[in-house]
Amino acid sequence: MTRFSRRTLLKAGAGFASTSAIGFPALVHAQTEKIKIGHLTPLTGFLGALGAYAQLGIRMAEEEINRSGGVMGRQIDVLSEDSVNPATAATKAQRMLDQDGVAVLMGEINSASALTIMQVAERNKRLFMQIGARSDALRGKNCNRFTFHVDIPNTVMVNAVGKALLRDHMVKDKKFFTLTADYIFGHDLLNAAKRFFNANQGNLIGDELIATDVTDFSPYLLKIRQAKPDIVCSNLAGNQVTTLIKQYAEFGLPYPIVGFNLNTADAWAAGEGNLAGTWPTVWYHTLDVPASKTFVANFIKKHGKPPENHAWIEYISLKMMAQAMNETKSTDTDKLIAYFEKEAEFDILKARKAHFRSWDHQLMQEAYPFTVKPKGEAKDKWDLITLGAAVPDANEPLEILAPTKEQNPCTL
Amino acid sequence: MFLLEQVVNGLVLGGYYLLIALGLSLIFSVGGVVNLAHGAFYALGAYASVEITKYLGFGPAAVLSPVAVAMLGILFERFILRRFYSADPILSLLVTFGLAMVAEQAIRIIWGAAPLSASIPPEFRGSVIVGDFLFSRYRLLILVVVAAVLLGIWLLLHKTSFGRVVRAGIQRPDMVAALGIRLQPYMTTIVMLGVGMAALGGAFFAPITIVHPAMGAEVITVAFVVVVIGGLGSFWGVVISALMVGVIRGITIHFAPAAGEASIYILMFLVLLVRPRGLLGERIEKFE
Repeated sequence: MTRFSRRTLLKAGAGFASTSAIGFPALVHAQTEKIKIGHLTPLTGFLGALGAYAQLGIRMAEEEINRSGGVMGRQIDVLSEDSVNPATAATKAQRMLDQDGVAVLMGEINSASALTIMQVAERNKRLFMQIGARSDALRGKNCNRFTFHVDIPNTVMVNAVGKALLRDHMVKDKKFFTLTADYIFGHDLLNAAKRFFNANQGNLIGDELIATDVTDFSPYLLKIRQAKPDIVCSNLAGNQVTTLIKQYAEFGLPYPIVGFNLNTADAWAAGEGNLAGTWPTVWYHTLDVPASKTFVANFIKKHGKPPENHAWIEYISLKMMAQAMNETKSTDTDKLIAYFEKEAEFDILKARKAHFRSWDHQLMQEAYPFTVKPKGEAKDKWDLITLGAAVPDANEPLEILAPTKEQNPCTL
Repeated sequence: MFLLEQVVNGLVLGGYYLLIALGLSLIFSVGGVVNLAHGAFYALGAYASVEITKYLGFGPAAVLSPVAVAMLGILFERFILRRFYSADPILSLLVTFGLAMVAEQAIRIIWGAAPLSASIPPEFRGSVIVGDFLFSRYRLLILVVVAAVLLGIWLLLHKTSFGRVVRAGIQRPDMVAALGIRLQPYMTTIVMLGVGMAALGGAFFAPITIVHPAMGAEVITVAFVVVVIGGLGSFWGVVISALMVGVIRGITIHFAPAAGEASIYILMFLVLLVRPRGLLGERIEKFE
């Protein structure tokens, strides 16, 4: 065992003392301390690519807010980490509240992880802005007073695509075969799809539950071929959609494919000539709204590539949070909840302003169905899709696509 | 009939598992090192082929990418693996596991977390229908490539003096040493071939799966299952096991889709219960 000389001990002691001397003034000036925001998003696994965009988006909002003077004169500091899986997500959320001293929690894409963070938020009575997870159950039977949901829920995605399918006479008396991600999000999306088929006389003739680690779809494609459906429908998530699209094109099955969930990063990864069909999206970088175009131009200047929908949604989410804190002049959970529940309006870079619905905390906003551009029409590798008109129509209320009070079991 | 279609499709998939598992098995059999970084070479093969395809097209990429990764394999053997042949196995496990993580993060830093797009060359798109069977044209190409590689490796191991030394080295490294033969250069070649095959798998699978940083970790588990079921030191053991794994998965998905991914682990469990050495595994002194 090494014994410290007295001199070393002295030096160490002096060092220690000076650090605490430097550390101390920070406590005195606690009022000007940064506002910490706890941010969790998957950076690895099948949603990892989306999470990477999510981080870029929230960082960009953070910089812009801080450059223009911060929130209530204080800088904000986003602590962003990989949420990994539902259990780790909850542990990290708890740690961020207990040890890192974050004011609010934000983020997530994975519905299962979002659910565990929601439980942490409720237990600690702290605000969680759930940004990217789409499962209906989160804002339905699992809803709680402390969580607000930004991304469009599954029912809205189904209805957005559904409107386009109805217009093209692709629902009534048609045989559907679905492939569904085998976790809370997929199950939930399948339920929303079933409700849509039932309401519009579509027949669901087959459904396969797919584990999230499946990378080879060939056995499922053979089963689809045996079932001879009219339309194949994807209820998958993350990069599994990409794999399905690629292998579907590989086998060249004759049935048209549509889907109720696709994020643009996963569409880009499919490569030209592989993607086909009608899909929903919450935002796309070609959206013809001036504010959106400015955001896209700034993002491209900074990162050399266009923002994906998760970059956009994280960007506007932090802006909404900053607006709420500035308006209430507080980071207090109850005051923020009250502000959001007032159905305050937010500019989210779309034609219409958005607001959180007071009784289920879901952000009411426009969505878009899209189709794939024919080969050769794309300007660059990002320009894959043709955005349909926003739904709901400009003269309809924003709530028309969302689950109604009768459909949604949420009680806050 | 439908079932038969799944069986044939499973055989094709098994061929792809084989490309990865055979190298893994050879490296373990000769060097006694479990190469947890094997998946990383598969991923590198895929990324390299996507990059090369941009400039030279798919054909040259499918050749150049495995060659480049095989060269990397030489460095890997010379500077890392070589230190661990006679060391405690836990050390080589830790080192290769760490290397796999480093490789994954390196890929994330260089190419980003978003998957790269890769497409099947136009001439191999679509499917052919033979009788009642539907085959993806591209998968048939993969099958041909796997068969050719397999034949090459078999000839190398069984018809050349190189192969005789390698096979002897698997069984009795001490005797080989006593005869004055250094196994190290052979090991370099084995590692080069092994990781080259993994990269070939990556290059050919890139167009039909997603090229993303964690793709190596995804494939390594199945490759292990194949090696364990097949048994160490046996060429045909690995071949049969890979095909079995592919077919069992297909059949299970046909009857009980939810159990599809679990089926291969259940198969491994059953095989180990009955034959702990694996299907055709030989009794190898140094591992007993």
